[in-house]
Amino acid sequence: MTARPSPFASTAIERHTISILVDNEPGVLARVIGLFSGRGYNIESLTVAEVDRDATLSRVTIVTSGTPMIIEQIKAQLGRLVPVHRVHDLTLEGPFVERETALVKVAGTGEKRVEALRLADVFKARVVDATITSFVFEITGQGEELDRFIGLMAELGLVGVSRTGVVAMSRGPGGI
Amino acid sequence: MSAATNETSLTGADIVLKALRDQGVEVIFGYPGGAVLPIYDALFQQNDIRHILVRHEQAALHAAEGYARSTGKVGVVLVTSGPGATNAVTGLTDALMDSIPIVCLSGQVATHLIGNDAFQECDTTGITRPCTKHNYLVKDVNNLARTLHEAFYVAKNGRPGPVVIDIPKDVQFAEGTYRSPADSMPKSYRPQVKPDLNRVEEAIDLLAKAKRPIFYVGGGVINAGPVASQLLTQFVRMTGYPCTTTLMGLGAYPASDRQWLGMLGMHGTYEANLAMHGCDVMVCIGARFDDRVTGKVSEFSPNSVKIHVDIDPSSINKNVRVDVPIIGDAAHVLEDMIRIWKARGKQADKAALAEWWEQIEFWRARDCLRYDKTPKIIKPQYALERLRAAISGRDDVYITTEVGQHQMWAAQFLPFDKPNHWMTSGGLGTMGYGLPAAIGAQVAHPDALCIDVAGEASILMNIQEMATALQYRLPVKVFILNNQYMGMVRQWQELLHGGRYSESYSEALPDFVKLADAFGGVGLRATEVSQVDDVIAEMIKVKRPVIVDMCVDQKENCFPMIPGGRAHNEMLLGPDEKVENATPEDGMVLV
Ligand SMILES: Cc1cc2nc3c(=O)[nH]c(=O)nc-3n(C[C@H](O)[C@H](O)[C@H](O)COP(=O)(O)OP(=O)(O)OC[C@H]3O[C@@H](n4cnc5c(N)ncnc54)[C@H](O)[C@@H]3O)c2cc1C
Ligand SMILES: Cc1ncc(C[n+]2csc(CCOP(=O)(O)OP(=O)(O)O)c2C)c(N)n1
Ligand SMILES: [Mg+2]
Repeated sequence: MTARPSPFASTAIERHTISILVDNEPGVLARVIGLFSGRGYNIESLTVAEVDRDATLSRVTIVTSGTPMIIEQIKAQLGRLVPVHRVHDLTLEGPFVERETALVKVAGTGEKRVEALRLADVFKARVVDATITSFVFEITGQGEELDRFIGLMAELGLVGVSRTGVVAMSRGPGGI
Repeated sequence: MSAATNETSLTGADIVLKALRDQGVEVIFGYPGGAVLPIYDALFQQNDIRHILVRHEQAALHAAEGYARSTGKVGVVLVTSGPGATNAVTGLTDALMDSIPIVCLSGQVATHLIGNDAFQECDTTGITRPCTKHNYLVKDVNNLARTLHEAFYVAKNGRPGPVVIDIPKDVQFAEGTYRSPADSMPKSYRPQVKPDLNRVEEAIDLLAKAKRPIFYVGGGVINAGPVASQLLTQFVRMTGYPCTTTLMGLGAYPASDRQWLGMLGMHGTYEANLAMHGCDVMVCIGARFDDRVTGKVSEFSPNSVKIHVDIDPSSINKNVRVDVPIIGDAAHVLEDMIRIWKARGKQADKAALAEWWEQIEFWRARDCLRYDKTPKIIKPQYALERLRAAISGRDDVYITTEVGQHQMWAAQFLPFDKPNHWMTSGGLGTMGYGLPAAIGAQVAHPDALCIDVAGEASILMNIQEMATALQYRLPVKVFILNNQYMGMVRQWQELLHGGRYSESYSEALPDFVKLADAFGGVGLRATEVSQVDDVIAEMIKVKRPVIVDMCVDQKENCFPMIPGGRAHNEMLLGPDEKVENATPEDGMVLV
C-alpha cells in the first residue's frame, strides 16, 4: 500500500532562510544557538535585533542548509522553544528579499587606490571613512554580491571586513 | 483568585510556597543548602506542603519522576545552588528524555554576586539549558509568582518535560507582589492538542483498507492520561488489529490481551518485531521511532504506509519518514479516530485480517521468551515469573527498574495491564533511577506495593536512598537480580568483543542482606530455586523497606536481541544463534 510521495524523500542539500520572532529576554539567543550546535545543524549566518520594543520582540534571521527532512526538523525544534512566537521559512513561503551589509577597509596608494574607488562606484558601495592611505566602504546587497566585491578588494589592499549577516523579509503586504 | 490576593506583598520565599500551593502541590523532594535557606525556613512554618528529604539531589529528581509518572501530576524538586544544581543535572536530563513533567527550584547566589565565581555559584541556567524543556533565572521578586506558574504550565502542557527556576537568595528575602496562576500564562507557548481532522480522515481510510495493520504505541499515550489508554484499548479492540508497545508505552494497552504482541525493539518479542517489519499500515501513537525500536533505519518496516500521531512536531519525520503526520494530543486524536471510524461505518478487511493473525500466531508460537528452566540455578527470568505470579490480580503494584538486563527482563516478564504503574529510565538509561523512583511512587501511594527491580551494580548508584525510605517509613522493595556482573555490558562484550569482560565484573560487592540491616531495613536472600517463592512472599508481607538479594545465573543473556545496525527480521533468538556473522562492521559503532 502506498500513500502520496513524501516531500522529504530528497537527500539534496538546500539552503533556507528562516525568520523567527522571539521574546527579547536573556538567554534566548543562547537557546537558538545551543539548539543548532547541540543537534549538529549548520549556521551560515545568524542575525538578531529587537524589532518591537513595546512587545519586547526580536527577530532572528538564520541562513542554514540541510536536506528537506533536516530543514523540517530545524523548524520544528525552533518552534518548540518556549520564547519562540513564530517560525517562517522564507525560502518556502514565496518571494522574499535578503540583504546584508559589509564594511570593507582597503589601504593603499596610487593606481590601486583609484581602482578600488572605481570598483566601489560600480558596486554602489559608499565611502564612509577615508584617509590619505585608506577607505572604509559600506556595501549592501545580496551575499554573493558582497563576496564578489570583497574578492576584488583582496587584490587592492584589503585590510579587513565586518559583515552584518543576512536580514530578510517576505515580499508583498503579508505578515513577516 | 480575588484582586486582594494579587496585591499582597510577600517575601520571595513565601511567594514560592504560595505558588506551589496554588498549583496543588502536596509534596516536594529536596535537599537544603545555603542558597535556599529562606525557602526552607518558609517550609518549616507551614503544614500544607510535605518535604521529603532525599540523600542526593539526583535522587530528588528521580523520586519526583516516580511521583509524576505514577500520578500524572507535576513532580516538584528543591535544591541548593552550585553542587545541588549540578547533582540535579542527570535527573533533569532523564526527565527530558522520557518526557516527565518536573518543576525544579534551585537556589542561586545573590543577584549582585552572579558572575563573580562566588561561593557555590554555578551557571545553573547555562548548564541546564540543553537538559530542560525550559529554564528561568528570576532576578526580580515581582516576576517570581508569574514565573512559577508559567513553569508549571510549560512542564505539563504539550510534550511534558523538566523546567528549572533559578532563584537568587536576595530574591527569596525581598518582598514583592503575588500573582495568581490565571494571571500568569506564557506569552508564546501554545501547543496544538486538537488534530487536523482531514489528516485523521485520511488515516482512518488507510486503516480500514489495511491488510496487515499494526498499532505501534509509546509513552505519549501514558503522557496523555489514563483516558488515552482507555480510548486506545477501545479503538484497538474495535478494529481487531494487533498492538505493540515500546518500553515507555508498557501499560498503555493491557498486556493480558490477545491483541497485544508484547514490547517491540531491540529486546522486544519476535512477533512484535516481525509484525512491524511485515505490516502494510502502521499507526504510531505517542512513540518516537527511537533507535532501540527501529534497528537499522533504512530497513525499518520497508513496505508500510506510516501514520504518526504526536503532540510534538519535532518527533515527526525525525528518524523515519512518515506518510500521514497527525499533530495533537493522543487522547484527542484517538477520540476523533473512534468517532470517524464509526461515523464512516468502517470495517476491517476480515479475510485479510484473519490471514494476518494466522501469520502472527505462527510467529508467536516460536515462544521467543522461553528460557532454560533448570532446577540447579535461579534463572533471572524464573525469579521474575514467580514475582509475576505473586503480584497477579493486584492492581496496586508499581514497578520501577534500574538499567541493564534486569530492566529488559522486567519489561518482558512482568504484567502491565494499566498505565502509570511502570517506571523505567528509557531514553537516558540512568543506572540509579529505580530506587528513588520507587520512593517517589510510594510517597504518592503509601499503601501500594512499590518494587524496584534492580541489578547489583545499578543499585549501588543511589543506595543511600534506603535512608530516605526508612525515615519516611516507605516500605519499598528492592528486588536485586544479582548476577555479579554488569550483565548488559557483559552481554555486549560476549557478543561483540570476543568475550573480553573488561571491567564488567564486580569483584567486591557488599553483603546486601547486611546492608539492608545497616540501613534499618530487612534483608532477604535466595540462592536456591526452592527459596524463591518464600523470599518473594516474605518481601511482600513485610511492611518495611526490603532488599532482596536474588542470586541468579551469572551468565544468562537477554533475548531476543536485535544486534546494533540490524533490521527487525534479523533478531537473535537465543544463545545458540551465531553472533559473529550477526554484527556488521557499521553496526559496531552503534550504542
Ligand atoms: C538498556 C535499554 C534497552 C532498551 N531496549 C528497548 C527495546 O527493546 N524496546 C523499546 O521500545 N525501548 C527500549 N529502550 C528504551 C528506548 O531507549 C526509548 O526510551 C523508548 O523506546 C522510547 O519510547 P517511546 O517511543 O514510547 O517514546 P517516549 O520517550 O515515551 O516519548 C513519547 C513520545 O510521545 C509524544 N507525546 C508526549 N505526550 C504526548 C501526548 N499527550 N499525545 C501524543 N504524543 C505525546 C512525545 O512527543 C514523544 O514523541 C531501551 C532502553 C534501555 C536503557
Ligand atoms: C549511570 C550509568 N553508567 C553506565 C551505564 C552503562 N550501563 C548500562 S547497563 C550497565 C550494567 C548494569 O549492571 P547491573 O545493574 O548489575 O544490571 P544487569 O545488566 O546485570 O542486570 C551499565 C554499566 C548506564 N546505563 N548508566
Ligand atoms: Mg548485574
